[in-house]
Amino acid sequence: MTTPFCDLDALAAAIPDDAKLAVPRDSEGVAMSATRALVRRRIRRLHVVCVPTSGIQADVLIGAGCVATIETSAVGLGEYGIAPRFAAALGDGGLRILDGTCPAIHAGLQASQKGLPFMPVRGILGSDLIVRRADWTIIENPFAPHDPVVAVQAIAPDVALFHAPCADHGGNVFIGRSRDHLTMAQASRECLVTVEEIVDGNLLADPERSAGVIPGIYVTRIATARHGAWPLGLPGHYDPDSAALGRYARAAKSAEGFRAWLDEWLAQELAGA
Amino acid sequence: MARRVAGAGARRSVTASSTELLIATIARLLEGCRSVVIGNRSPIPGSAALLARELSGGALRLTILGSRRFSDFTNGGVETFDRAAQGRIDAFFLGGGQIDGEANINLVGTGEYPRTEVRWPGSYGSAYLYFLVPKVILFREEHTPRVMVRKVDFVSAPGTSAPGVHRPGGPWKMLTGLGLFAFDRSRKRFTLESVHPGHTVDEIAAATGFDFDRPARAATTPAPEPRVLGLIRGKIRDEIAETYPRFAAALTA
Repeated sequence: MTTPFCDLDALAAAIPDDAKLAVPRDSEGVAMSATRALVRRRIRRLHVVCVPTSGIQADVLIGAGCVATIETSAVGLGEYGIAPRFAAALGDGGLRILDGTCPAIHAGLQASQKGLPFMPVRGILGSDLIVRRADWTIIENPFAPHDPVVAVQAIAPDVALFHAPCADHGGNVFIGRSRDHLTMAQASRECLVTVEEIVDGNLLADPERSAGVIPGIYVTRIATARHGAWPLGLPGHYDPDSAALGRYARAAKSAEGFRAWLDEWLAQELAGA
Repeated sequence: MARRVAGAGARRSVTASSTELLIATIARLLEGCRSVVIGNRSPIPGSAALLARELSGGALRLTILGSRRFSDFTNGGVETFDRAAQGRIDAFFLGGGQIDGEANINLVGTGEYPRTEVRWPGSYGSAYLYFLVPKVILFREEHTPRVMVRKVDFVSAPGTSAPGVHRPGGPWKMLTGLGLFAFDRSRKRFTLESVHPGHTVDEIAAATGFDFDRPARAATTPAPEPRVLGLIRGKIRDEIAETYPRFAAALTA
């Protein structure tokens, strides 16, 4: 059996160009240190699936030229406003977008998790979203007449990537209440995780934590990254760094400002910060 | 932050800011609700729901997305949507970069999609929750012709649906910085219910890009009572600070 444990660069190298990459929303543990390693290795043409939204992570990847397609129900910087590189790339026509709605993204992943070709979802009918989605269609409820339902095709990412509090030496990963991580892991072909620390003992043997654990069978690679979600937060561990997020929002308003921010951010990694 | 309007019935002079007026107004709309979920980037609805919970003596159950303290979700992001589909959420708030007279909302952007001139974050859960939550309250503080448009450039979520579409929910009220409206789903029209203190019907009509019904004599949105104002400036401010620290800091007495 090969070990899943590696460093950040090896983890980033395991995500190929053109990959369909699933990432979580800002509040749940975003692998920002790994994102920095991805930008450093100049990954290209990603299809990013936001589960179900993204913020600074997607904006940085788009600004750095790493993304061909973004599939999302929203990209924004929360209290800090719009995602400037995302908005600019759409205005330039340099980014393909699959605009969705949160439950449809969850449902697409759940279909993949269950090995199903599609999942029915309520709502959406009459929205302009559906007009643009070749992977959504309207079906009739087979059990009741005159009840149209939207069917969304399964979303099967090549890779799921997120940050979590800890893993054990068996490759089991503790996610606590962040249940979407489990869905992402099970729906994706590979699951790459960064953690704050590797802990002794077996997480699955701990009755208080085992319900919040992704079993190692789903986990392909694990790299340790202290404060690996920074400048975002990790639930129960640290809060978002509002000063750093505000600074990003201001800098990224222009292409030049973003480039300067990016150079500084990438240099922090090289310095081992 | 806010223009202050005169309150009524207090021994000492009590004035409510426009933010406090909106919080108190929403809390009144939530009276009788058993279960409310507050979405992302919603400090005013969040404060209002905390206030409604306080005034209900704890009967109102509340989840604020982004909060750890005010969340009883254990099944991730899907739980909001699963609860809504089962009728377990009574009220929810949606906004819109554009809102039109048939209560269609646009959270995507303006101009020719997908090369939008102005791009907003995206539709979030609107295209789903607008169908399933019985009392959707449209909340948008900015009430100007660029927001309240004749027809939205992109329909994130439609205000009404054809007969036969499963739709137990939909738009119920709309609250803006100028007034409170009710929405009639069968007639596909807003009716002005009350005008906030310091504003007029004519001012609202001039700021609105669509036609709406108005009573012969419009009521004034009631200012919060001193007790309610005290709660907003004390307990509620402290509670909302966990999720929205910058907003709470601005809610000073």
